[in-house]
Amino acid sequence: MRLGAHIGLLVTGLLLTFAVAFAVPASAQQVNPTADAVREQQFLDVLKGNREAELQGRVSIPDQRAATLERPAGRDWRQFHQGTMLWIAAVSVLGMLLILTAFYLIRGRIRTEAGPAGSTLTRFNAFERFMHWLTAACFIILALSGLNVTFGKLVLLPLIGPQAFTNLSVVAKWSHNFLAWPFMLGVVMMFVVWIKDNIPNALDVRWLAAGGGIFTKGHPPARRFNAGQKVVFWSVVLGGAALSVSGFYLLFPFYAGGVLNLQFWNVVHGIVSVLMVALMLGHIYIGSIGMEGAFDAMGSGEVDLNWAKAHHSLWVEEEIEKGQVNPGPRLQPAE
Amino acid sequence: MARMKFLCDADRCIECNACVTACKNENDVPWGINRRRVVTINDGKPGERSISMACMHCTDAPCAAVCPVDCFYTTADAVVLHSKDLCIGCGYCFYACPFGAPQYPKVGNFGSRGKMDKCTFCAGGPEVDLSPAEFQKYGSNRLAEGKLPLCAEMCSTKSLLAGDGEIIAQIYKERVVKRGYGSGAWGWQTAYKETIAI
Repeated sequence: MRLGAHIGLLVTGLLLTFAVAFAVPASAQQVNPTADAVREQQFLDVLKGNREAELQGRVSIPDQRAATLERPAGRDWRQFHQGTMLWIAAVSVLGMLLILTAFYLIRGRIRTEAGPAGSTLTRFNAFERFMHWLTAACFIILALSGLNVTFGKLVLLPLIGPQAFTNLSVVAKWSHNFLAWPFMLGVVMMFVVWIKDNIPNALDVRWLAAGGGIFTKGHPPARRFNAGQKVVFWSVVLGGAALSVSGFYLLFPFYAGGVLNLQFWNVVHGIVSVLMVALMLGHIYIGSIGMEGAFDAMGSGEVDLNWAKAHHSLWVEEEIEKGQVNPGPRLQPAE
Repeated sequence: MARMKFLCDADRCIECNACVTACKNENDVPWGINRRRVVTINDGKPGERSISMACMHCTDAPCAAVCPVDCFYTTADAVVLHSKDLCIGCGYCFYACPFGAPQYPKVGNFGSRGKMDKCTFCAGGPEVDLSPAEFQKYGSNRLAEGKLPLCAEMCSTKSLLAGDGEIIAQIYKERVVKRGYGSGAWGWQTAYKETIAI
């Protein structure tokens, strides 16, 4: 029994040896090592349906990020950054400037029809003005240093030369990195302090239906913030949140994942920020040269009673009930 | 003028990583940065291939297109180089590069990455050729000495080829015809929008 098994194995072994010895020289047996090797084109074809993919392999060096052999998505991001992004930015920012200029030329400065009353109302207290200007100052520097990343090389670089432009861009980059934090703090404070006056309600629908009184004589009634201001508030809160989250991931690379995530957050950051810049141009316009009396609200914090009656009629009623009106010099008895 | 390219014949690469080591040594590359690396795809499976990859010195390079300070330039030999004096370390080239070539000395918070570093095709940088300043920032300038990149020059199986695109494509073509197979010029379709027709 055991002997038989051994002989059987021996015979099988011999047969196999002969089989291999005679089979190998035959060209038909030659292995084709390329038969199932991946080629670049195959990889790119697969990617056509999935632009998010990266070709991952194995590396023996410690840096595991080096294991990505190819990431063609970089081409798409470049296309976006050098094409679409420029257009979105140019159309929204220049478009807004064009609209504001046209509006100024057609409508002119919005005056307080009743003229100044002399007596004033406190619209924003010192803390509210502080958080507004903190956010505003940070936003302006963040916007300029951000726009520099996209447009600087087209606008400033030819004017001031490469070395000066690099020095400026380094300062801009560091300001962008550091001022992001007080900006975020400002947005959070404004959210907490002003949310109670910014809940949308039925008045806003009427205000919007009346076009905010921009093209008509009368003003639709509004409480402390009208629908237009509520739009600004929510845009700042939501846009600021989007900028904060995307900016955080860009600031701390690889918290969000790989390069594909960084590309994604960069796209979000770019689009949201140019839309915010456009919106803020409108906000700055109407708060300064666009409307008489509007700047006082954030300047001294005291607004004229007639201005307040025109733009925030219901808020004025509430304030008068609370006895918050400060009699101006003209209401003082002559003695 | 030549149009310099790299070509890794993956059917010859034995993943010895000598190109990686030679590059680090020749260019005094900072710790943590690998200008060249060897990636094995389909590791342990049939059809496994190792490919030595570095900056491919792309035609119409994405890094140069997205750079906010325009610190990239292309030499007469079509080598894509950059100025570390102008680089602000923003990381955009590294978002755009299909090959993961740009690297930074630090993965720092607040974007404090330092100046970008990548393969120079052993062609130095904008400084005076073969000057100490050039070596200190960019490493060796073998092209100025009439030599080709060290990684390819010392490749033991001659898998990695560096030189004029037409010449190395011809060498590769002859190899493929002779041995009857070839897994293609990796990266060429992405970097140069062309491949080698056999």
